[in-house]
Amino acid sequence: MTVPILEVRDLHKSFGNLHVLRGIDLVVEQGERIAIIGGSGSGKSTLLRCLNFMEMPTQGSIILDGKRIGRVRPGKDGAERVVYPEAELCDVRERLGMVFQQFNLFPHMTVLENAMEALVTVKGMKRAEARAHAEAELAKVGLSDKFDVYPSKLSGGQQQRVAIARALAMEPEILLFDEPTSSLDPELVVEVLRVIRALAEEGRTMLLVTHELGFAYHFATKIIFLADGVFHEVGTPDEVLKTPKRERTQAFLARFTEFGF
Amino acid sequence: MPYEWDFSAVFQHFDMLLVGLRNTIEIALVSIVCGIGLGLVLAFMRLSSRRLLKFPATAFIEFYRNTPPIIHFFWFFYALPVLMNISLDPFSAAVLALSTQSGAFYAEVFRGGIVSIESGQWEGCKALGMRHSQAMRRIILPQAVARMMPPFVERSFELTKTTALASTLAYADLLYQAMQVNSETYRPLEVYTTIAVMYLLLLLTASALARVAEHRLTAYGRA
Amino acid sequence: MDYSFDFSLILANYPVLLRGLVVTLELWVPCFVVGLLVGFGLALARLSRHAWLRLPSLGYIELFRDTPVLIQLIWFFYAFPIIAGVQLSPFLAACLGLTLNTSAYCAEIFRGGIQSITRGQWEGARALGMRHSVILRRIILPQVIRRMLPALTNRGIELGKVTSLASVLTVHELMYQGRLLSSTYYRPLEMLSTVALVYFVLIYPGSYLSMRLETRLARRG
Repeated sequence: MTVPILEVRDLHKSFGNLHVLRGIDLVVEQGERIAIIGGSGSGKSTLLRCLNFMEMPTQGSIILDGKRIGRVRPGKDGAERVVYPEAELCDVRERLGMVFQQFNLFPHMTVLENAMEALVTVKGMKRAEARAHAEAELAKVGLSDKFDVYPSKLSGGQQQRVAIARALAMEPEILLFDEPTSSLDPELVVEVLRVIRALAEEGRTMLLVTHELGFAYHFATKIIFLADGVFHEVGTPDEVLKTPKRERTQAFLARFTEFGF
Repeated sequence: MPYEWDFSAVFQHFDMLLVGLRNTIEIALVSIVCGIGLGLVLAFMRLSSRRLLKFPATAFIEFYRNTPPIIHFFWFFYALPVLMNISLDPFSAAVLALSTQSGAFYAEVFRGGIVSIESGQWEGCKALGMRHSQAMRRIILPQAVARMMPPFVERSFELTKTTALASTLAYADLLYQAMQVNSETYRPLEVYTTIAVMYLLLLLTASALARVAEHRLTAYGRA
Repeated sequence: MDYSFDFSLILANYPVLLRGLVVTLELWVPCFVVGLLVGFGLALARLSRHAWLRLPSLGYIELFRDTPVLIQLIWFFYAFPIIAGVQLSPFLAACLGLTLNTSAYCAEIFRGGIQSITRGQWEGARALGMRHSVILRRIILPQVIRRMLPALTNRGIELGKVTSLASVLTVHELMYQGRLLSSTYYRPLEMLSTVALVYFVLIYPGSYLSMRLETRLARRG
């Protein structure tokens, strides 16, 4: 029995008085593709962002490759307190790749420099090696002709593909996609989804937060419907999207078919 | 009877005005450089999360923003020597006054530039595993510098105008030299009009040069 | 450092400083008000279609913004009387210089405010059938005033600081009185520090209000 690549135990996240995540338990095996769906404010993005510690968990543990992230210190009244040293978090983030809704490309660097930057700065690669590596990843997402172009001159779909290449160049163990197509003009969405599908065919471990239910159906090995900060329904794409058992899931899905044709 | 303008006397003493112009430029440049240094220190103090650093920096900046420049000149020339038991020449006092002033204003420009970089950039860096210092150095500061240019130029412009106050300390800047020329030629209209034009030309030239530099620096942002 | 501070002189002489403060206010308030009015007219001239209005106002604005204020004050006191044929008192020369200087900066603020309203606003209102004067009054002006308030208050604060330059023309405002006292009693440290503090107390509230105003307006933006 192999160790799951990622495990989440009793994860809670509050922003002040707002208790967003209310006890999440999740096990991710190598090669799994999980799509997380839900309404706004359900906590989907927050959950993803806790996994690579873009947000700090209020409570609970995150275990990567069998090792718990963070150091437990005895706190007041015997309760445990977890500290997250920056070095450890940087290491986690190196191993997890994230693609953002707003791309977050570096506007003052070319496409190639964007893909290379972390290889040199974080992994300490030599520039020549980093360049070759970055060029290969950019070619995979279909942007070999845009190496020396600045992000501002690219379409949204192209920018997001650069962002994906930038994350891939780091050779992450898990890829996290936070609504990668939500900011795109409709006709640009499909070029990004095709890239994600190609990654799926490579057998990568991926978590995808999305509103693209059709894509989720074809892409995912497991679908999670998140509501009120907990997992409301979990199952295969057929189980959750075609024959949802719980009322709230059905109501959520009905909104997507109201103006179908 | 219409007044008869006569610039000949002014042009006879033009070399004196040129000395003044040179001194004005010199004091402006020195103060800008010193101000940048001080401004960087103050900006990072203000950006720090430690109250021990943040509070003095904020107090310093607020003090300089809410008091007239001329009092800083007089304070450094008359009051500081009494406090420290030293004597300051007009140049040093003027540079101290201008540098501390511009440092306070530059600090706000620098801090504003850094803070204006949207959080998405920080997130992109963090997600790739960069440390705070790496993100600052490679991604945030380069972009912030481009954003800071317009207000930085504007502040430097104001500083150059403020150099005229050094004349009150009998420093031989353009205004002081004009006063000297006036006392020799008794033609205040021509003398002061001439230096007004000289200041105008100086500032417009500096402005134009700064715009060119700005244009080059932000080349990547334009679609 | 074995300097002995002596602030008792300040307490003994505070009427002198108070008189200076009054003169400072006598410069600050009128020059700002008149500067605003003149500036508004200038802004309209600057935006005019007629070149004979637009170009002189542009020249005026650049002249007053691109030369040091001190030069302007000195020019009005020493140079202007020669062409005008009348000698101005230091106070009047300072008033004239400060008012015209303020008007140039205000003109730019008004111009920026008026130009910042996007065409879409005009079009939306016109499509609803509103007349030009109604659009101006109900849609454009309210937005323009809100946008300009921070810049205008900053200008007011700046003017407050600049009144100190009138001391060079021997106007008996606060800075002048401070220098007078400090040289009379050979106590520059106490005197100048106190004057600096008075200016700070005078000007900081304006700064603070301006900052709060800016954040409030930005939120409602």
